[in-house]
Amino acid sequence: MKSIADLEKIRKEALDKINLRKENKGTRIVVGMATCGIASGARPVMMALIEEVKKRNLDNVVVTQTGCIGACNMEPMIEVYKEGNEKVTYIKMTPEKAKQVILEHIVNGNEINEFMIQG
Amino acid sequence: MELFRSHVLVCGGTGCISSSANQILDKFNEEIKKNDLEKEVKALQTGCFGLCEAGPIVIVYPEGTFYSQIKVEDVPKITEEHLLKGRIVKDLLFKESVDEDKIKSVNEVEFYKKQMRIALRNCGVINPEVIEEYIALDGYQALAKALTEMTPEEVIDVIKESGLRGRGGGGFSAGLKWEFTAKAEGDEKYVACNADEGDPGAFMDRSILEGDPHAIIESMALAAYAVGANQGYVYIRAEYPIAVKRLQIALDQAREAGLLGENIFGTGFNFDLEIRLGAGAFVCGEETALINSIEGKRGMPRPRPPFPAQKGVWNKPTLLNNVETYANVPQILLKGAEWFAGIGTEKSKGTKVFALGGKIVNTGLLEVPMGTTLREVIYEVGGGIPNGKAFKAVQTGGPSGGCIPEKYIDTPIDYDNLIELGSMMGSGGMIVMDEDNCMVDIARFFLDFTVEESCGKCTPCREGTQRMFELLDKITEGKGTLEDIDKLESLAKTIKSASLCGLGQTAPNPVLSTLQYFRDEYEAHVTEKRCPAGVCQSLLQYKVIPELCKKCGICAVKCPVDCIDGVKGKELYVIDQDKCVKCGVCVGACPFKAITKS
Repeated sequence: MKSIADLEKIRKEALDKINLRKENKGTRIVVGMATCGIASGARPVMMALIEEVKKRNLDNVVVTQTGCIGACNMEPMIEVYKEGNEKVTYIKMTPEKAKQVILEHIVNGNEINEFMIQG
Repeated sequence: MELFRSHVLVCGGTGCISSSANQILDKFNEEIKKNDLEKEVKALQTGCFGLCEAGPIVIVYPEGTFYSQIKVEDVPKITEEHLLKGRIVKDLLFKESVDEDKIKSVNEVEFYKKQMRIALRNCGVINPEVIEEYIALDGYQALAKALTEMTPEEVIDVIKESGLRGRGGGGFSAGLKWEFTAKAEGDEKYVACNADEGDPGAFMDRSILEGDPHAIIESMALAAYAVGANQGYVYIRAEYPIAVKRLQIALDQAREAGLLGENIFGTGFNFDLEIRLGAGAFVCGEETALINSIEGKRGMPRPRPPFPAQKGVWNKPTLLNNVETYANVPQILLKGAEWFAGIGTEKSKGTKVFALGGKIVNTGLLEVPMGTTLREVIYEVGGGIPNGKAFKAVQTGGPSGGCIPEKYIDTPIDYDNLIELGSMMGSGGMIVMDEDNCMVDIARFFLDFTVEESCGKCTPCREGTQRMFELLDKITEGKGTLEDIDKLESLAKTIKSASLCGLGQTAPNPVLSTLQYFRDEYEAHVTEKRCPAGVCQSLLQYKVIPELCKKCGICAVKCPVDCIDGVKGKELYVIDQDKCVKCGVCVGACPFKAITKS
């Protein structure tokens, strides 16, 4: 390392790796990962979410998991908690749908009605 | 790129490692692999979390879930339930982090709430063996800023204005020390770090070196730039193998990254550091003895002046600061002198790390702003006295400090207040005592330590501490007189004023402070031949309560000196007080609780 720019580069790269450990007040995406969720494909959904979050450098978004949300026939389900907003639940997710959620809902701020529980 | 959704932090402090934290980490890695979570979950080791009482500690992020007293056998359950299925394992949580049905994160637990972490900011957050993690949290930014944007004088001015005082005990202004060294004449200068933490029960410096070694390297490089040195020494005791190992790893990484060595940040500034291992002598925490030891000589102090700032290592101007002092410096440079000066009291700025031990619920390491009261530390952060016992005194400053009684428990902690109470900040050991502690015995305990550790160079310390110890011993054995107490007091005052170095000058503090606040206990030992706390063996009497004795004879069988007489099934048993050695075996042996100690 020969300059401050080098140091800054290392800092930015490394920060991504430990951001998880800081207190996070931003958005939380929770994936249902009970037996029912995992059986219907929650894991690829979660991996897609994590990948997408990293790819877009979304510092204030945490992807985490929970147990059975209670509507096993609608799994894989995810819940989005955006600061200051009501919780939004998306059902029957796929990795592709998950990527759309990141783009449309998290980045652009438009909730995707067709993925939600229908009345 | 690594895509982890969860980090499992296993405490790697000496305390947790001695209760198998290494095996726990290995087991986590094994279980993570078994459950095919290698790409999602990362397990790593960090520095001390501070709440050693609850160790081994495991924290899972992003939730901040606080698992305590984890065993290797618990790991598969945590992995399968929490890491795989997202269900927190409630019965393994730290008890305070479960509040009815809400689970608190580690930062919301009472122990951490009142704390403010500057010196310990990275302990328990980063992996100390990975330089990138330190850099991620602004590591080496202060060094970069100083080398490229500031003159050495400007760096010293910031430290002076911050009001930072030496954290090793004396409390001398760090900025002034830096300035004296910078202004001293000399073709070559050195910086040195005092990591010879010797107080019994203190582990502040060890934890910083174990949990955040790069902070010390960065800070010493900064100090070297400010005072004009190119070589540094870290004097650390060989009894701290984990701290030594992690510091060595950190040094290698810093050299590799070009943060130590020649032409740092392309500014033409050269600096390198060496570790010097100490053999674990208490006196080597004294600065002139430490310097002798660095040079390979016997660790004995020499008179001051000249101070190390004029004549230190190899007789060259040397800046010597303690680990915790250094740990504050990078943050002060980054956040500014006003920020630091805004924390604490008028004359004591910033925070202080304490190692809390003794009769306290939350044994561990904590950092609070100066001016926090003893009560807040003991009852709010420390969780109070266990088993419903009454608080009696708190001992600060280790063998150099004194005992502070209950009536001063609302005193805000700072350098000057503690000295006024006859104690001192010292390096930050804090030992809590309850009603079951005998203050004469405590004084005797610390004197026993200083007698062992006195280097023998000056008479007041070498002979005086031994005589004080003998007097204390005599009193605890019930053979003391009132004159002995007076003699003890005058001896203590003489040693305090006549000793060569800090060790002897402060060694009488435990005696003087207990005489000041607990003279009645000394007098009870002498006049009534009674130990009010029931600690001093020679003053105890073991007796059989006739109403409870079932004449079974077990006590007589167990007694190692055959001082209990009676006839099995027929006659009550009686203890012969002249023969009794007060070992207490009979109390434990009696199935009917028929033997008392008084």
